[in-house]
Amino acid sequence: MNLNYTFNWGMLLVDPARSWILNGIAMTIGLSLLAWVFALAIGVTIGSMRMTRSRWLRFLGGAYVELFRNVPLLVQLFIWFFVFPLLLPRDWMMAWNGLDHVPLLTALIGLSLYMAARVAEQIRSGIAAIPKGQFAAARSTGLGEFQVYRHVIAPYAFRVMIPAIASEFMTTFKNSALALTIGVAEITYAARSIESWSFRGIEAFTVASATYMTTTAFVVLFMGWLERRLRIPGLIARR
Amino acid sequence: MGFDWAVIHDNLPFLMRGLWNSVQLAAITVVLSFPLGCIVALGRISRRRWLRYPATMLVHALRSNPLILIVFWFFFLVPILTGRPVGDFASVLAAFVVFFSAYFAEIVRSGIQSVRRGQLEAALSTGLTYAQAMRFIVLPQALRSMTPSLATECVIVFQGTTIAYVVGMREFLHTTFLVTERTMRPVELYLFAALVYFVVCLAGSIFARRLEGKAGIPR
Repeated sequence: MNLNYTFNWGMLLVDPARSWILNGIAMTIGLSLLAWVFALAIGVTIGSMRMTRSRWLRFLGGAYVELFRNVPLLVQLFIWFFVFPLLLPRDWMMAWNGLDHVPLLTALIGLSLYMAARVAEQIRSGIAAIPKGQFAAARSTGLGEFQVYRHVIAPYAFRVMIPAIASEFMTTFKNSALALTIGVAEITYAARSIESWSFRGIEAFTVASATYMTTTAFVVLFMGWLERRLRIPGLIARR
Repeated sequence: MGFDWAVIHDNLPFLMRGLWNSVQLAAITVVLSFPLGCIVALGRISRRRWLRYPATMLVHALRSNPLILIVFWFFFLVPILTGRPVGDFASVLAAFVVFFSAYFAEIVRSGIQSVRRGQLEAALSTGLTYAQAMRFIVLPQALRSMTPSLATECVIVFQGTTIAYVVGMREFLHTTFLVTERTMRPVELYLFAALVYFVVCLAGSIFARRLEGKAGIPR
């Protein structure tokens, strides 16, 4: 074993490493927050489609979830990046390629649609976890079906699903690292740039790992607090 | 644009060799990281702090990092630590085994904790030692309730093998990429790759769901 590696943490604080790191962190956070918001919106829609009585909507929702969950995210990103523009009509393709930040937009689309499938599953199992009596009781008070969902099921399900939604954010956050493969300069990309520029891999990867771990710690603490505040009385909430 | 599906047929042996590498990587990862995960899980629930704290920290550290970053860490660190270059397969495999052992550990832990406490107490009261009670009473029941999650995790491992692409390992996605570079036919090739992954993973997912119906322990 040969460990004559001398650390040089100082170089991280000097440009270009410093600006790579700061831009990378901003990119990782921005991309994953946006993707998470889109994924929640799409996921709730798909998840609700699967709870309706219409067989077609249920089938469409189910097909979406199976399709996006069973193809690896990296393959999906490659398809959005390399294949999707070629399938567009010629004018659209030119317009798409003329846009600024095509890799970032591609990553945003790919990540959102992939995460939406996972959110949809969480929504479904969250709603399925609600005792049947809740539906029946709410209906028997004279509420319509939509009202039951709006006033009884949704508030209840939302509170039960907070841990799942938080963990989906963490998954989005970690998955955003795959965007480096199509040239999005997020934090893992920055770490790699620093490594190949300075041959200081340990320092560079430590910065990236610290970013992910710090964010995870914050999200876990925040969600723990939120969960305690919104706990439903009478449930043995903590699993 | 016109499609030319012959490109897949022409390059099929090369592509299938890539797929075989992916399958191998996934299989060896599962075979090695599951036992490792069991050990870490036992550490996680141990009453001894010097076991529980390191195991817990390891699991949290690994689970809060993306797999792709762990792969880079190993790709960079393993040659430094061993003092000589190792093949990309070895470093990717090491990264995968360590990374997924944390996920298997969490599955095993929640499986063990789903076994009712009385089972352990009853086993201990018959005179079994803690290790024996775990081995003969708790783990068999835990294993049964966690089989669906284990099957799902295997699908996730297989999907994860695509990430070996970033360090140039010749897995399926990388061989697909190499063929697109040579033939300039990304549409056909990537759609084909997606279809293959989809079919394999869907079969795995359906299998996992089947298990779910059967796995429950009658109470």
